[in-house]
This record gives sequence, C-alpha cells and structure tokens, in this order.
Amino acid sequence: MSSKSINLTLKVWRQPGSKAAGRLETYQADNIPTDASFLEMLDIVNQRLTLAGKEPIAFDHDCREGICGMCGTVVNGRPHGPERETTLCQLHMRHFKDGDTVVIEPYRARAFPVIKDLVMDRSALDQIIMAGGFISVNTGQAAEANSLPVPKDKADLAMDAAACIGCGACIAACPNASAMLFTSAKISQFALLPQGRPEAAKRALAMVACMDGLGFGNCTNHKECEMECPKGISISNIARLNREFIKAALVSQEK
Amino acid sequence: MTWLYRTLSTSVGKKQLMAITGLLFLLFLCTHLLGNLSIYGGPTSFVSYAEHLHALGNLLVAAEVIMALALIIHVITAVVLFFENRAARPIAYNVDKSGGGRTFSSQTMPYTGLLILGFIGVHLATFSHHIVDQTTRNIFLIATDVFSHKGYLAIYLLGVIIVAFHVRHGLWSAFQTVGANHPKYMPFIQKLSIVFAVIVALGFGSLPLVVLSLR
Repeated sequence: MSSKSINLTLKVWRQPGSKAAGRLETYQADNIPTDASFLEMLDIVNQRLTLAGKEPIAFDHDCREGICGMCGTVVNGRPHGPERETTLCQLHMRHFKDGDTVVIEPYRARAFPVIKDLVMDRSALDQIIMAGGFISVNTGQAAEANSLPVPKDKADLAMDAAACIGCGACIAACPNASAMLFTSAKISQFALLPQGRPEAAKRALAMVACMDGLGFGNCTNHKECEMECPKGISISNIARLNREFIKAALVSQEK
Repeated sequence: MTWLYRTLSTSVGKKQLMAITGLLFLLFLCTHLLGNLSIYGGPTSFVSYAEHLHALGNLLVAAEVIMALALIIHVITAVVLFFENRAARPIAYNVDKSGGGRTFSSQTMPYTGLLILGFIGVHLATFSHHIVDQTTRNIFLIATDVFSHKGYLAIYLLGVIIVAFHVRHGLWSAFQTVGANHPKYMPFIQKLSIVFAVIVALGFGSLPLVVLSLR
C-alpha cells in the first residue's frame, strides 16, 4: 500500500516534572506517513529526538486499540483530536494536512496534575471508582443466566454506559473540568441492572461526595463531554445520576 | 437536618438549587408576559390587569417573597459555582476548541446572569409599585414615561435580549439537572428552549413599542 507523507509543525507541552514549570516547544515533524496513528507519529518524533540526544516526549499509551483509556492528550484544543468517537491511538495522520501546525497539550484540570510532558495523574478517577463503583457480592460461580432476567433495552443502556474507558476526555473537554459524565456512566452501568440496585443509593451518594472532594468542577450542561467522549457516552447518563442522587438523598435510608 | 445541608452542598445539590429556582423564574416569566400582553387590549385592559394583580393582596406578597428568596438562592449558588468551576482548571489551554456542545448561551450564563441582576434592579426601580408611586399615575402612564426615555428603552430592550439568551440554555438545562432527560421528550425540550427564548425576546420586546404607539 502506497502511503503519503506529510510535514507537520508540532507545538508540544514540555514539562520536566510535576513541580517544574512547563512550556510549549516547537518541533518539526517531517515525513510523517499518513497511515501512522497519532501515537506512532509521536513515536517517530521521539525516535528522532532520542537519536539527536534529546529527551523524548513523555505521553501515556497502552493498548493502542482504543479500549484501555490510557492515551489522551488535547490536540488543537480537542481531547483525542478532531475525530468523533475516536481515541488518540485510533486517530490517523491522514486526518491532518501537509503543513498543519498541531498543538499538543495535556488535559487541564486541577484534579489531573501533570506528571511529565503529556502524562497526567488521572488516579482521581480511580478514587471515584473506589468510593462505590463496584458491587459488594461474593461472586462464586457464574449464576444461571436466566435466573436474573434483564430486559434487552436495559442491558443495552447499561452496556452503553459501561463502554466508558475512563480516559478522562470528558473532564478535559468540560469548560468546568467536571467529572460528571465519567461518574454518571459508572453509576448508570450499575443502576440499570438488578445486581446494582441494592447499593444504588449508597453508591450515588458516595461517588458524588468523592468526586466533589477531588477538585473537579460542577456540571453546567455544556454537553462538550458527550461531543468529545471517544465512546459516545450520552449526557442522559448525567440526568440518571441526578435522579439517582436525588432519590438517594431524599428517600433512601442512606445518610 | 445535616443530611439536607450536605445534600445541597454537593455539586449535584447546588445544581438542583439552580434548576428549581430557575424553573420558578421561567414560570414567573410566563405569568409576567401573559399579564403584560394585556397592553394589546389597550391602556384600559393593561391598567385593569395591574389593578387585579394588586388586588390579590397577600397572595401577591407571598409570590414576591418566594421570588426574592429564589433570586437570593440562585445568585449565591451561581457565584459559588462560578468560582469553583474556575478553580477546577487553574491552567488554561493554549488552544481551546469546542467539540460542538457549548453554545453562546451556555458559555455566557454567569455573565448574562449578572447583567440580568442589574436589569432587575433598574426594572424594579422604574416600575415596581413598592418603589414607584402608583397612586397619582396608573401603570400605563408610568410605562409611557419610562419608555419615552431613550436610555431606559435601550436598557429594557437589551435586558430582554439578555434574558432570552439566559433562558435559551437555562430551560433545557434545568430539566436535565432535575433528571428529566428522556429520548421521547428531550428533543422537544431542547427546541422549546429556543422557542421560549424567542417568545420572551419578542413578547417582552414588543411591549414598549405597543405602549409608545398607544401614547
């Protein structure tokens, strides 16, 4: 397969450490094959930097097939770049034009401090999960599937919410750096299924309290999260979180 | 009652306060517009509407107290949310581009809100029966006086347009916040947001023109 090549000007956020000051540095990324993914483009740039004896650009990545949630930076002002429902690792250089300037920055949120360059500490999301994003039952053997009927539409909605890979793009995209889409997806995937109902009230209160304590902003319904989510998680999940929270606060026994 | 305080201090709780008080204001806008549209029936029907409204006595006082409380809650919560949201992103992006979610209305809510607060002050100072003496002049004559003044007319028209932009995001946003998002009616509510904003702008905006034409 013949591949085209493009030349890009990169402006990359370089920050040696969490306490150090950072700034945008300009790199010339010439001869980038359009078949390369965005991360492969960074690999190529890093190889050249290494060969030139310079510090390569640190960036997060893992599966590179769009399912792990590890990659993600803000590309020209858009988390995961300009393509809808596409993680950064699945974004290909054919979506850029020869001569383009590409500004690459880490997610900006008080709850996501930068560790180095484009690597952020996103463990705040793990803390929200630890506050209630689980079901406290002994699993044992898999139960007989038909012993717990789940309507197809509910199962589908739960699966749509469970598609969240926890990459944090919603927080990066939100003008308020709010984690409502992430938290709502995690609350919804359990709230929609019978296994999740017994702890639904406790979960909603605990996860919202934890989220608030981590320094995220408040949701003001800008809908940027839904537009930038690589998994297309809908803000109808946020409405469900609101319902679950109101129910839990006003009518459940949970304090 | 600590649970209630705790609930209302959470991010979701604060948004509930914004949404519920916001919905109250939307209801107020409806009644305020419907009542004032009586000007289309001429000065007599307009004055008669005002007299009937004031004849409600304590009921009107109760409504005014509820509106004042709602305003205090809405403004204080908004200020808290504004500063919390600013603090949540201490370092701004060098390039910040929309993915297509935010609108002019949604981005300007704190600022349109602040302007509306100022507008409410001017509006009450020029029209309210608590401030403006209505024993010697009826409301039609007061309105004629106020709107004849070009400065006040401009402030009023600008105020109405700002309210429309605030409502355009506020209406659907309030429904979303109280959890009323459903595939069957959310598309309708989102359209209603725009339609209601246009009705507010045209409805209230037309009032001074009618008043001046009847002068």
